[in-house]
Amino acid sequence: MSKSGAIMVLGGGVAGVQAALDLADLGYYVYLVEKKASIGGVMAQLDKTFPTNDCSL
Amino acid sequence: MCTMYCPRPVVDTYNERLEITRAPHIDYAQAIPSSYYIDAKACLRVNFETCNLCAQTCTAGAIDFSQKPKNLELEVGAVVLTPGFGRVDESVLEKFGYGRYPDVLTAFEFERLTCASGPTEGHIVRPSDNRPPKKIAFLQCIGSRDETCGNGYCSSVCCMYAIKEASVAKEHEPDLDVSIFFMDVRTMGKGFDDARKRAQEKYGINVIRARVPRVDQVDGRLALTWTTDDGEHHSGIFDMVVLSVGLESPEDAEVISKVADIGLNRYNFCKTRVDSPLSTTREGVYVAGAFQGPKDIPESVTQASGVAAIASELLADARSSQTVSITYPEENKALEEQEPRIGIFVCHCGVNIAGVVDVKAVRDYAASLPGVVLYEDPLYSCSQDALKSIAEKIKENNLNRVVIAACSPRTHEPLFQETLRSVGLNPALVEMANIRDQCAWVHAQEPEAATEKAKDLVRMAAAKARLLSPLEQPTVDVTPGALVLGGGAAGMSAALSIADQGYNVTLIEKSRQLGGNLRRLTWTLDGENAKEVLEDMISRVEEHPGIEVITNSSVESISGYVGNFTSTIATGKKTRLVNHGVTVIATGAREYKPKSYAYGESPRIITQLELEEKLSRGRGFLKNARNIVMIQCVGSRGDDMSHCSRLCCTQAVKNALKLKELKPDANIYILYRDMRTYGFYEDAYREARKKGIIFLRYSPDEKPQVIKQARGIKVRTRDRLLGDDLEIPASLVVLSAGIEPGENQELSKILKAPLTSEGFFLEAHAKLRPVEIAVDGVYLCGLAHGPKSLEESVAQAKAAAAKATIPLAKGKVAVAPIVSRVDQDACIGCGICESLCPFNAIRLSKVGKRKKAQTITASCKGCGICASHCPTIAISMGGFTDEAIMAQIHAFSGRECGEE
Repeated sequence: MSKSGAIMVLGGGVAGVQAALDLADLGYYVYLVEKKASIGGVMAQLDKTFPTNDCSL
Repeated sequence: MCTMYCPRPVVDTYNERLEITRAPHIDYAQAIPSSYYIDAKACLRVNFETCNLCAQTCTAGAIDFSQKPKNLELEVGAVVLTPGFGRVDESVLEKFGYGRYPDVLTAFEFERLTCASGPTEGHIVRPSDNRPPKKIAFLQCIGSRDETCGNGYCSSVCCMYAIKEASVAKEHEPDLDVSIFFMDVRTMGKGFDDARKRAQEKYGINVIRARVPRVDQVDGRLALTWTTDDGEHHSGIFDMVVLSVGLESPEDAEVISKVADIGLNRYNFCKTRVDSPLSTTREGVYVAGAFQGPKDIPESVTQASGVAAIASELLADARSSQTVSITYPEENKALEEQEPRIGIFVCHCGVNIAGVVDVKAVRDYAASLPGVVLYEDPLYSCSQDALKSIAEKIKENNLNRVVIAACSPRTHEPLFQETLRSVGLNPALVEMANIRDQCAWVHAQEPEAATEKAKDLVRMAAAKARLLSPLEQPTVDVTPGALVLGGGAAGMSAALSIADQGYNVTLIEKSRQLGGNLRRLTWTLDGENAKEVLEDMISRVEEHPGIEVITNSSVESISGYVGNFTSTIATGKKTRLVNHGVTVIATGAREYKPKSYAYGESPRIITQLELEEKLSRGRGFLKNARNIVMIQCVGSRGDDMSHCSRLCCTQAVKNALKLKELKPDANIYILYRDMRTYGFYEDAYREARKKGIIFLRYSPDEKPQVIKQARGIKVRTRDRLLGDDLEIPASLVVLSAGIEPGENQELSKILKAPLTSEGFFLEAHAKLRPVEIAVDGVYLCGLAHGPKSLEESVAQAKAAAAKATIPLAKGKVAVAPIVSRVDQDACIGCGICESLCPFNAIRLSKVGKRKKAQTITASCKGCGICASHCPTIAISMGGFTDEAIMAQIHAFSGRECGEE
């Protein structure tokens, strides 16, 4: 059986989004599945990030 | 509109339930997808078939209650699990007054309070009386390192976010008194210890080493009592208490485990192995991020890239079989060369712009500008319909320049560039005027002035648009091979991954054999046999037909750019050339050689790695051992090396447990500053305490002393509980020597790869690009990047392999159209541009008799530094020519724009 060139990524937080982007860049079709209405996960709720206090969004 | 008219209030979970929203809403303005959604659980229409207000008021007609949930069946070759982490149960927080006392908040809630887009617009106030607090306490390890709630592990991120939130709070309110209650300060990430020190000094945050057992309310304020490690009791009153809650496994971990048929560990996180940290117990199902174990953003991002590499190894044969490619019509060059025919689209952006700016007046004004043949005012110019209509209008009216007066080019320019491409125009022929962010939003109170400013902006954009010229979008072919520098665990993992993805790898190792530091390890931090891991890795590398290993070698020079590097590899006196498309730095680091604690003066004063080597040869040397003393932070966190070496705490605990197993009657002491057994390593720390290993904390100004005497060795240290010095006659002293960067300076020069102040290689962005460096086509992993465990090195190596394989898999590297161009006639060959370019993208080369600058377009990032410093103005930037910018400035002043 030939392999499918599609991949499912379950969860659209920063890890899921990064994995999806890299997989697409590597030549695979990606289904990114997120239970909420928007992607970004917890990182989208953060104000700043340690240690540089850069904006999290 | 829908949110405004909905009668059904719901708590806003995005704002941690600190605010109320309505059933139809958007979580935050920048949400992707950027559309509103209806909370089906709260909606009256969905649940009771009453109310239809939102659907009636939606001007776009975007609410359709006839939609039903659908089940999709997808065929995929692999599954990646990134469900993130769950929250600590509220019952755990109740002990600390959460839920009972309104001014006890979780750190997530506090985060929303400090955020400008949060419920208080960034004002820190007490929920009980809406007044700013004067004294705040952060309590660490809530729901972490706590077996009573079942979470024996360390959550690995709370120390950092508490310091961050405390710093942000102090920035908002400099007079705030902020105390953080730590057991250990665990800032072991790259650069984190320095950041902690800076935050402590700059903001004056009080660090208290104690675990606060409970929180009480007294006269509307919060009372804490605690005991420090000198046995003293303390108490204090605070206005607000922030609970630094830990990360749990995701709520639906068990469901995921069942559905995906994968194993979980004892804490319900995904079960993985140290040498394959991103693989679950089932083939084809992979994991990344916090579900694999509590971790911070850079590590999650690293694992995410790593997991992409692993899935790509599995499915290499099916690469590109299901991707969709977009085709564009041929560029209409004849039309582009004609006199400018400009179309101007002034966007309403719903009420975002039209609520302030008189859009129709701006549109009519645009009609008066020279060269304008079409002027319109779409409601949302970025909507699918509007884009389609813009494309049609371009064709109908033979437009060859387009001005979009709307929002920011940062977010929306690519969309309009695509539209131009779809009708055969060069994407460089669109110009945006930002009349939303830089006009309507900031001048919301002055609609008339805002309208005038919008006209100015449109006039300027049109002036520039007239001088826009098509830009080439060249691509460069990629040599389909990688050069990996360093044959340790990271280098071998990266090489294997790239080769398994189908590309040739040349692996360079400077010593005579592969293995690096892994050779010196006897067990991994999880107690697995390091030798087996090593042998397995080496045999896979050596047997792989796609990998060529060159030992006893180093790189003399690397020239070229992403896609086309040529390196000179020196083996002894012989040199050879290797062509490769990408480069991976995995040159490792080494154990620090102690300069203190009488190291080198006695065979019984050794380092942790030396201990492991001794242990691997047998236990004979332990025969008469009565007291064994380990000293932490030797070289690290001090004068010699400012960084924390991250591993030594766990390594010491692991070795202490091993010694205890081999020699149960020996007393083992570990003298430490902060025990940094993060994540699941905390289990080993707890086990060590249970087995009677004695942990004594020392402060950096009272370091332990190792005294060599005629008949033995004595270690003197302060016992904080007794308040007195303790002298231990030691049979063996083991120094936890830190991790020192290798000699990276030369390679740094060859590659133009910057180093950190400690001497490790510097990544392009600590959070978002953790395995890339400033130079395109060069990637970074392992100890060369900074201290990390074997597991972390392997994950990072996979990530570097994913990033390195992207250009190889694409076969071509697209060159950004906005690059610098040198007018060779005007260039005087002074070399200023070459010396200033941060990307190695402009070089002097001989043209005829003289040297002239030349842009390496594949490496150029279009920053413009070269152009702004060129003394003869010989360099211009595509899309931002001097003429176009001057025209824009003249248009601002009203001159030369034709209508006066």
